[in-house]
Amino acid sequence: MPDLTVAIVYPELLGLYADRGNAIALRHRAELRGLSCEVRDIHLGEALPEAVDVYIIGGGEDAALGPAIRELRSQRALVGAPDRGAVVLGVCAGFQLLGRRLEAPDGSSVEGLGMLDIESRPLPDRRAVGEIAVQSPLLGELQGFENHRGDALLGEGVTPIGTVEHGVGNGHGNQEGAIDGNVVGTYLHGPALVRNPVFADYVLAGATGAELEPVEDELVERLRAERRAALVHERRGRRRRRW
Amino acid sequence: MTGISIRYRAALALARALAWASRHLLHRGGNVIGGAVMLRLAGGGIAAKARRHRITIVTGTNGKSTTTAMITAALRVRGAVDTNADGSNTSHGLAWCVATAKAHEIVLEVDESWLPWAVDTFGPAAAVLLNLTRDQLHRRPEIQPMAAAWRTALQAVPCAVAVAEDPAVVWAAYGARRTEFASTGDGWTSDTVLCPQCGEVLHDRREVWACNCGLTMPAATVEIRDQRIVVDGQDLGIYERLPGHVNVVNAAVALAATRDQVEPTRALAAIAEQVGDVAGRYRDVTVEGRRTRLLLAKNPAGWQAVLGMLREGASILLVFSAEGVDGRDTTWLYDVSFEGLRGRPTAVAGQRGTDLAVRLHLDGIDVGDLHRSVRSALMALPEGEVDVVATYASFQTVRRELHVA
Repeated sequence: MPDLTVAIVYPELLGLYADRGNAIALRHRAELRGLSCEVRDIHLGEALPEAVDVYIIGGGEDAALGPAIRELRSQRALVGAPDRGAVVLGVCAGFQLLGRRLEAPDGSSVEGLGMLDIESRPLPDRRAVGEIAVQSPLLGELQGFENHRGDALLGEGVTPIGTVEHGVGNGHGNQEGAIDGNVVGTYLHGPALVRNPVFADYVLAGATGAELEPVEDELVERLRAERRAALVHERRGRRRRRW
Repeated sequence: MTGISIRYRAALALARALAWASRHLLHRGGNVIGGAVMLRLAGGGIAAKARRHRITIVTGTNGKSTTTAMITAALRVRGAVDTNADGSNTSHGLAWCVATAKAHEIVLEVDESWLPWAVDTFGPAAAVLLNLTRDQLHRRPEIQPMAAAWRTALQAVPCAVAVAEDPAVVWAAYGARRTEFASTGDGWTSDTVLCPQCGEVLHDRREVWACNCGLTMPAATVEIRDQRIVVDGQDLGIYERLPGHVNVVNAAVALAATRDQVEPTRALAAIAEQVGDVAGRYRDVTVEGRRTRLLLAKNPAGWQAVLGMLREGASILLVFSAEGVDGRDTTWLYDVSFEGLRGRPTAVAGQRGTDLAVRLHLDGIDVGDLHRSVRSALMALPEGEVDVVATYASFQTVRRELHVA
């Protein structure tokens, strides 16, 4: 039996935007510490197992929201996951589905899983697409790529992951994501945990209940430095164009 | 001569002069400026000229250049055919191809976003729809709206030819007045799991897809059975000129698109004989003892297909970028499995090579030093066979650095 089991929930519906990358990152960070990790795809129609340490609910098309919420509502394993000590990570559409209510672009509204005290609605202007940088009191500097049209309104029961320094994030108040104990939602899509090892370790620590030794990953740090430099370059370019 | 034709001829003369200047003074293709001038000064004339030709448009996320070349080769069995072989597949390049076409028959590769415009402007006789998968996510984040736009546009097209395994393109094809389908023979493996017609989850996903609303995988007139191409029940044999199953599928679709005009056996022979490389793709080039083969891959489906084409024993050079038509989002690398490269000598280069190196690192593949130059990455690999896989912008860099015309 592996030390850690990561489940990608309905990858054919909610794993369309590189969400497997988050599972790969968790496996990598676990293995660096000598922990074995199994990544399991849970397909539509299969029962969500309870013997899972991290559930990843990823991104999907707008049309997938209705069928996805119907399937997820019928699964008890997910709603009970935080009480069992498992982590639930929702990304983009997955983040919205974890909320109390979500409004679709066509104006229709659907009740979410209620695992995060958020409501989401479409961004008023246009899709948020591009590099995103976030300062988090909990996780430090987060970076990634966002590609969504959701605006997440946070209630009192959650705290944002951090403050947006570049990009859109939740869509207002310069906030990005939401955390409530072991339930985490973010708009940093796809392999956010690859580019942010501290974020990956936060999820691992939550799932294992253990304090983890820091582990350096030189190549990932090099990528982070490259993307940070590219963002600085882009900002300077924008300022020059404004002048 | 009517006033319109005088205006058209004047615009064409100006466009030709500017295209010539672009080619000879700026070393560019010339077709973009030519097409821009024609659309600006004689857009109506282009549309009128298009309707004097028989036009087939070819679109899809992957394989459209190759399939366009294959359909062109097949139709040339009967006579002259003009095509946009340079790959300029948006409005300007398409307009220039039509404006300068001499043959009655034209085959146009069309960018998937430009299909509605191309249908409206050129009034094609047929549209060939290959597939719809995720590509350039910053520009086209969702597949379903694209399928809906295609379906609406195709209502003006007499015949649509599509791949039966892809629910999105099948549903879009039903917008046309008549349909023709080719089957890949490998079941339902597309991105689409929701019914494009009613939005519910499709069932029987691995073999024949179907939905409770009635939409179902159609019967195909051209099929691939055990890698053999079968047209209307007749076994035409194995196609193996270009590597990979995707190219057998492209050939099958080309036969479905031309079977009314060219006898399929002759069409397949022409395809096998004439389509050896497509704008540098599949080209073999030897550089200082490295016998390279150039492969283009632009998105998750494309990379997965190309990784399956790699020659046994060949070293691998991967060149990765996120500029221009590559799109800005590199996260889809995590939708591709690179585990098959373990144990092979592999080098990485390109503007976003670090993104790819990290991806490989997480799949247990160490690529050593990262290279900015394609040539230095190639020289880091042992002499012998090297398969080079590059994204679109990187592919042009590879051609430039390795002096491939």
